[in-house]
Amino acid sequence: MRVVIAEDSVLLREGLTRLLTEAGHEVAAAEGDAEKFLRAVAAHTPDAVVVDVRMPPTFTDEGLRAALMVRDQWPDTGVLVLSQWVEERYATELISGRPHGVGYLLKDRVADVAEFLDALHRVATGGSALDPEVVAQLLARSRHPLGELTPREREVLALMAEGRSNSAIAAALVVGGGAVEKHINNIFTKLGLAPGDRDHRRVLAVLRYLGT
Amino acid sequence: MFLLRDLVSPRTWLAMISHLAGLFLGIAIMVVVVTGLSLGFSLLVLALTGLPILGLTLRAATWCAAAERARLDMMLGVQIPAWPADARAGYRWGIVPRWRMLTERATWGELGYGLLRLPFSAIAVTLSVAAWAAGLVALTLPLYNSLLPSGGAKVGDFVLGGTPRMTASAVIGLLVLLAAPQLTRGLASADAALSRRLLGPRRDLAARVTELEISRERVVDAAETERRRIERDLHDGAQQRLVALAMDLGRAKARFADDLDAAAGLVDQAHAQAKEALVELRNLVRGVHPPVLTERGLDAALSGLAALCPVPVEVHVDVPVRPKSSVEAVAYFMVAEALTNVAKHSRASHAKVVVEGHGYPGMLTVMISDDGIGGADVHSPGLSGLADRVSGVDGRLSVESPSGGPTIIAAELPCG
Repeated sequence: MRVVIAEDSVLLREGLTRLLTEAGHEVAAAEGDAEKFLRAVAAHTPDAVVVDVRMPPTFTDEGLRAALMVRDQWPDTGVLVLSQWVEERYATELISGRPHGVGYLLKDRVADVAEFLDALHRVATGGSALDPEVVAQLLARSRHPLGELTPREREVLALMAEGRSNSAIAAALVVGGGAVEKHINNIFTKLGLAPGDRDHRRVLAVLRYLGT
Repeated sequence: MFLLRDLVSPRTWLAMISHLAGLFLGIAIMVVVVTGLSLGFSLLVLALTGLPILGLTLRAATWCAAAERARLDMMLGVQIPAWPADARAGYRWGIVPRWRMLTERATWGELGYGLLRLPFSAIAVTLSVAAWAAGLVALTLPLYNSLLPSGGAKVGDFVLGGTPRMTASAVIGLLVLLAAPQLTRGLASADAALSRRLLGPRRDLAARVTELEISRERVVDAAETERRRIERDLHDGAQQRLVALAMDLGRAKARFADDLDAAAGLVDQAHAQAKEALVELRNLVRGVHPPVLTERGLDAALSGLAALCPVPVEVHVDVPVRPKSSVEAVAYFMVAEALTNVAKHSRASHAKVVVEGHGYPGMLTVMISDDGIGGADVHSPGLSGLADRVSGVDGRLSVESPSGGPTIIAAELPCG
C-alpha cells in the first residue's frame, strides 16, 4: 500500500520509512511539518497516512489537526496518528467525525512491528486501531458503570474498542472463537446494545457507549 | 444583658476617655499643623525661610502621630505599627524636608490626620455626651417632673405631664441610655479604623508580605524536592533499564557469531527492556506536566491519571471557564499525588475525584476521596509538598484521614 508519513524527528522518520519499505509498502513521501505533509497527501492520495501529533512550529497538536483535515477531505485514506502520549480526549476528537479508517497509537507500539503493521492495515482498509492505553482511559472515564461485566468480559470489551477482530481477540486471550462470540453477546446484552454486528459498526457502538 | 453590662464596662468608659483625650490632642495637633503649614508656605517666598518651618511641622506631625498611636493602644487596645523610619526620605540637616517626602503616603497620612483629628473627636464627644445626657434626663424625668418650676418639662410651649407621657419618657430614656455605650464604642471603632488608615502601613498589606515571604520559601523548597524526586525516578527507572538494555544488546552482539539462538533471546529481552523504559518515561512525564493539560485542560488530563491508578477512580469535572495555567497545574499535581497515595497506601476499593469551578475568575475546588483505611500522614513529604504547592497559588488545603478511613483531601484554589 502507498503511505505518506508526517514526523518531525529525523530519526523516527527514517526508521518508519525503512520499517514500512521492508514490509513491502511504498512510502510516497515523508515530511517534517504539517503543511508539506498536506501537500504530499494531495499529490499522492495515499492508502494511509502516519502522522505524529507534535510537530513544528508550535509543537502542540498540529499533527492532530492535519490528521483531522485528511480524515475530512480524503475519506478513503486511512489515518493513523502516532504520539509519545495518548489521550482519550484526542482520540474522541479523531473518532467523532469518522469512526472508521482511523487509528491512534503510542509511538512505542511501533516497536512491535507485526502488530503495528496490522494496525496500519486495519486503518487503511476502513477498520480502526485504538491504543490499549486510550481504551483504558475511556473505560476509566466511561459515562456508564461497567460493574456488571466480568473481568474477562471487560478484557474482551477493551480489545473490541481497540478495533480488533474476533479472531484477533481470540488469539490475544488464547481462547476459541466460539468463546469470544459468547463473551461479546453477553457484553451487548448487559450493556443494552443492539447485538450482532461483526464489522466496524461494533466498534462504533462500543465507543459511543463509553462516551465518545 | 450585655447592653446593661456595657453601661459600666471599662471598655465603654475607656472609649469615652479616649474621645475626650482625642479632643484635647486634636486641638493641639490642629494648632501645630495649621500654624506650621500656613507659616511655612507663606515664608517660602522669603528666600525659602519657610522650609525649616515646614520641616519642623512635618516632624511635629510625626510626633503627634506617635502620641496618637500611644493613645489608641492604651485606651482602645488598637496597635498601629509605625512607618519604619528607614523607609522614609527624612530631612536634610535634620530640619529641611527632602523632596521625596512629598510622594510618601506617610507624610500625607500624618498631615491629614492632624487636620481630621479635631473635627472627628469633636463630633464623637458631642454625640456620645448628648446620648448619655438625653438618656439619663428622659429616664429620670418622672422623678422630678412635677418639681420643675413650670410644673413639668417644656417642649416648646407644651408642658409634659401625666402618667402615660411620663412612662413613655422613661422607656425612651432607657432605650437611649442603653444605646449610648454602643454609640460610644462604635465611634471608638470608627476612630481606630480612621487612624489605622491614615497612620499605619496598611495592615493587610504588611501581613500579606509576611505570608508571601513564607509561601515563596515553601514553593522554592517544593520545587527543589520535586526536582530531586524526578532525578531519583529517572535514575532508578528509565536510566537503569537503558543500562540493562545496552548490556543485553552488547551480549547479543558477542553471541551472534557462535550462538544465534542465545543472541535472539537476548535481543528479545532488550526489546522488552526498551519498551519498559518507554512506559516509565511516559508515566514520569504524566506525573509532572502532561502536554494535554496545557492543550485541553484539566478534564482531559485527568483521564490519564484515572486510567493509571490501579484502584477504580470516578472523575467529575465541571469547570466552565479554564483557570490560569498555574492553578491548573497545581490541581493536576494534587490529583496525581493523591491518587498515588490511594494506590500505594489506602487499600481502597474505590476513589473519587471532583473538580469544580465557581464564578469567574472565582475559585477552583478540588476534592479526592477514597474508601480506604485512612491514617494519611500530613507531614509526609508527598502531602507537605502538596500543601506547599497549594499555598504557592494562595490556596487552602485540607486533609482529613482518620485512622480507619475514609480519606478526603480537598483544596480551594483562587483562580484570579
